[in-house]
Amino acid sequence: MIDDTTVRHVARLARLRLDDAEEQVMREELSGILEHIDAIRAMDLDGVPPTTHVIELENVLRADEPRQGLSQEDALREARAVVDGSFEVPRMD
Amino acid sequence: MSDLEPVIGVEIHVQLSTRTKMFCGCAPSFGDAPNTHTCPVCLAHPGVLPVVNGEAVRRALIIGLALGCEIAPRSIFHRKNYFYPDLPKAYQISQFDIPICGRGEFTAIREDGSELKVGITRAHLEEDAAKLTHGGGRRAGADGSVVDFNRGGTPLVEIVTEPDLRSAADTAIFLRQLRQTLLFLGVSDCSMEEGSMRADANVSVRPVGSQTLGVKTELKNMNSFRFLERGVEAEIARQREIIASGGHVQQETVHYEPDTGHITSLRSKEESHDYRYFPEPDLVPVAPDPAWVERLRSEQPELPIPLRRRLVVEMGLTQEDAEVITGSPELVAYFMEAAGLADPKSCANWIRGELRAQLRELGQEPWESNVTPAHVAALVGLLADGTVSVPAAKEVLAGVIETGDDPATVVEARGLGQMDAGDLSAIIGEIVNANPDQAQQLRDGKDKVMGFFVGQAMKRTGGRAEPQAVQALVRAAVLGE
Repeated sequence: MIDDTTVRHVARLARLRLDDAEEQVMREELSGILEHIDAIRAMDLDGVPPTTHVIELENVLRADEPRQGLSQEDALREARAVVDGSFEVPRMD
Repeated sequence: MSDLEPVIGVEIHVQLSTRTKMFCGCAPSFGDAPNTHTCPVCLAHPGVLPVVNGEAVRRALIIGLALGCEIAPRSIFHRKNYFYPDLPKAYQISQFDIPICGRGEFTAIREDGSELKVGITRAHLEEDAAKLTHGGGRRAGADGSVVDFNRGGTPLVEIVTEPDLRSAADTAIFLRQLRQTLLFLGVSDCSMEEGSMRADANVSVRPVGSQTLGVKTELKNMNSFRFLERGVEAEIARQREIIASGGHVQQETVHYEPDTGHITSLRSKEESHDYRYFPEPDLVPVAPDPAWVERLRSEQPELPIPLRRRLVVEMGLTQEDAEVITGSPELVAYFMEAAGLADPKSCANWIRGELRAQLRELGQEPWESNVTPAHVAALVGLLADGTVSVPAAKEVLAGVIETGDDPATVVEARGLGQMDAGDLSAIIGEIVNANPDQAQQLRDGKDKVMGFFVGQAMKRTGGRAEPQAVQALVRAAVLGE
C-alpha cells in the first residue's frame, strides 16, 4: 500500500485537489495498479521485449505539406481571456 | 586547496526549418500575428491525434549522421509531463530512452589548429513549446501572461553532449562550429537571435584529477555565443568562489545578465523534474529503413571542418581564407565554382577581399550580386595575363557589380585595359618634367615621394597603369636606373 504522501505528491503533479475521502480511494486504486505491476515483475520475463504499443505498426509518417489551420478568431474562440490576439493566462513570472 | 577544473556539457535545441510542424500541417512561423498558425492538434483540442512529420525525421537523421551518431533501428516517442501554459497538452511529445540518434562525436578545430573532440550523448526529436510573454511589457494592458501558439509544435532536435568541455572558450568554439555544420546540412536557420538555435550549458567544477563530477548548475537560454561564453566564464568563477570559501554549489538553474555580468538564480521549479515520462500511445515507433539511412549518409554534403582542411591542403588557401570561405554554404558553392575556372588562391583573395568589401556597401552577399563566380574567375584571368592592373581590376569589379556585364566587356567599355608600355613611358616622362622639385627629392633619396608619382600616374591614366611598372619607369626617368 502506498502512503498518503505519495498520493498527495502525485495529485499535486497532476494538479488535482483531493479531499480526504478521495485521497483514500486513490490510495487504494493506485496501490492495486502497483500491486498488479509487481505481480508482472515477479514473473520470468527474460527475452520478452517491453510492450510500448499494442498495434504492430511502424513509420506512420506525414508528408511535409502545409494545411490550412484555424483563423486567429477560431483559435481564440474558446479562450477564457484574450489580449491582442493572444490567450491570456494567469501571470507566470 | 587543490586546483579546480571546470566541466561543461551543453544541450542545444535546433528548430528544424520544415514547412510544417512536428505533428500537424501548420506552418511554423516567426514574427507573424499571434495565433495565426494553429490547428486543433497544436492547440491540443480533445480527440485529436498527432502524425509525425517525415521530413523532420529525415532531418534528425541527417544531423545524427553528421555527428557520427548511432542511428536507432527503432525509436519511440515519450510524453514528458508538466503543467505550464506554453504546453497545451500538459505534456511535451519528446523522446526518452530510445532516441532516434544515439552516441556520436563532433570534432571542432581550435584557432591554433588543435582538435576539440566532444562526445555526443544523443540527438532526439521533440516539439517546441508555445511563446509565453509575461505580463506588461510590449502587451501593455495584459495583467497576466499571454500565449502565442504559432511556435508551439515546431519540430526540434535536441542535441546533448557529454561533459567533455573544459573551458568557456572551448564551449563557444564547439557551439559556433556545430552551428556552422548544421547550416551546411540545411536543416535549420540556426538563428540564435530568433531562437531557432538555443543552447543551455551545464557547468560544474571539480578538483583536477578527480573522476567524479561536481554539482552542476544549468545556465539557461543564452541568445548569443558571446554571452554564453561570458556566462559560462562567470558561472565558473562563481562556483570556484563558493568552493574556495568552504561552501557547496547548489544544483539549480541560473541566468546570466549580460548588462551587469551577474549570475542570478532562477526560481527553482519545485517538483518540475518529475516528468513521469511514458511511451506516447498516440504515435507508433519510427524505424528508419537502413537503406534510407545509407542513402542519407551518401548524400551528406562536404562539411565545413573537413572542407576547411581541404581548402588549405589541396587548394593553397591560408587558414584565414578557409575560415572566411567556409562561413556559409552559399559562399563555399560560390568559391568552388570560381576556383574551378581560375587559380583558387587568387579567387579566394578577390572574393574575401575586394568583392565582399565593395558589396558590403550595398548590403549584398556575393551570391546575391551581379557578379557571378565565372566573372570572378574571368577577372583573375585578366589580371594574370596582364590585361588589367590591380587598381583597374578593382574598377572593373565595380563595373561588373553595377552592370552584370562580363569583366572583358567592362574593360573595353571603360577603357580600363593596361596601357601600352610606350604610352605609359611618355606619360611618366611628362609627369617627371612637370614636377622637378619632387624629382629632386627622389634623387636625394627621399623614397616616400614615389607615392606622389604613382598617384599622378594613376590620375593621368585613370588607374590603368600597374603601380610597379610606374615605379620602375619613374626610377628610369629620374635616376637613370
